[in-house]
Amino acid sequence: MRNFYALLAGSLFGTGLLISGMTDTQRVIGWLDVFGSWDPTLAFVMGGAILPMAVAWAYSKGRTPKLGGTFPAPPEPRLGRGLVVGSVLFGAGWGLAGLCPGPAIASLSFGGVGGLTFVAFMTLGMIFAPRLKSRLETA
Amino acid sequence: MDQSWIMGLIGGLIIGCAGAVYLLMNGRIMGASGVIGGLIDGSGRNMERGAFLAGLFIVPAILAATVYPSQTNVTSNLFIVAAAGLLVGTGTRIANGCTSGHGVCGISRLSLRGIVATVFYILAGGLTVVLFRHILGVI
Repeated sequence: MRNFYALLAGSLFGTGLLISGMTDTQRVIGWLDVFGSWDPTLAFVMGGAILPMAVAWAYSKGRTPKLGGTFPAPPEPRLGRGLVVGSVLFGAGWGLAGLCPGPAIASLSFGGVGGLTFVAFMTLGMIFAPRLKSRLETA
Repeated sequence: MDQSWIMGLIGGLIIGCAGAVYLLMNGRIMGASGVIGGLIDGSGRNMERGAFLAGLFIVPAILAATVYPSQTNVTSNLFIVAAAGLLVGTGTRIANGCTSGHGVCGISRLSLRGIVATVFYILAGGLTVVLFRHILGVI
């Protein structure tokens, strides 16, 4: 059942990304391009997505997940160097190509060589990131 | 402004429902980079992660091939795409999250880490677009 609901969540996620236009890199870059022809779509996507999630978090209080286990505890409010440095690196890549991990996978079938190249190098980055991360945290 | 904000809002609501299903059923935070990164790190639950990614890839592939023709409009400059992929992959793993995890799932539970990460990656993305589009003119 866990796999079924994971498949369902992934399918919904992909559908939402596709119809919201977030698999179109020009929409994402358009949102970041405040000095160009600014495209506010992403704000509506983010707002629309936060709504059901806020309801889900509220509902989860005092309950347990339907398939067992526990809900993820709130993270420590510690704002480490990794959080900031990692987010800045991620944001730079996001702005350069207009893709982030979810839409990159969702658009693989129609993204051509560019999409494949992005996913390949994203995977490479994910493989080497833990080494950088531990160095950042001990520095 | 065209009607894209309506599609953005509808797509966003579907994305939020995806996150709600993953949270309330499986007890997991729907972070695209976490799901992919976990497969790479070998942190377990491979079937669950694999099922999520299968849905994320297959459903948009079917929709794009049939009723919802889509394009990524990703830049043809593969050097930029590769650099972007590397930055996104490295950054999300160092920051422990991307747009879905920190943005959608973090902000909706008012997580300080999620909010700080989102502010930094949007700022970095905006600055990157200013630099590479308006100053250097390469994207």
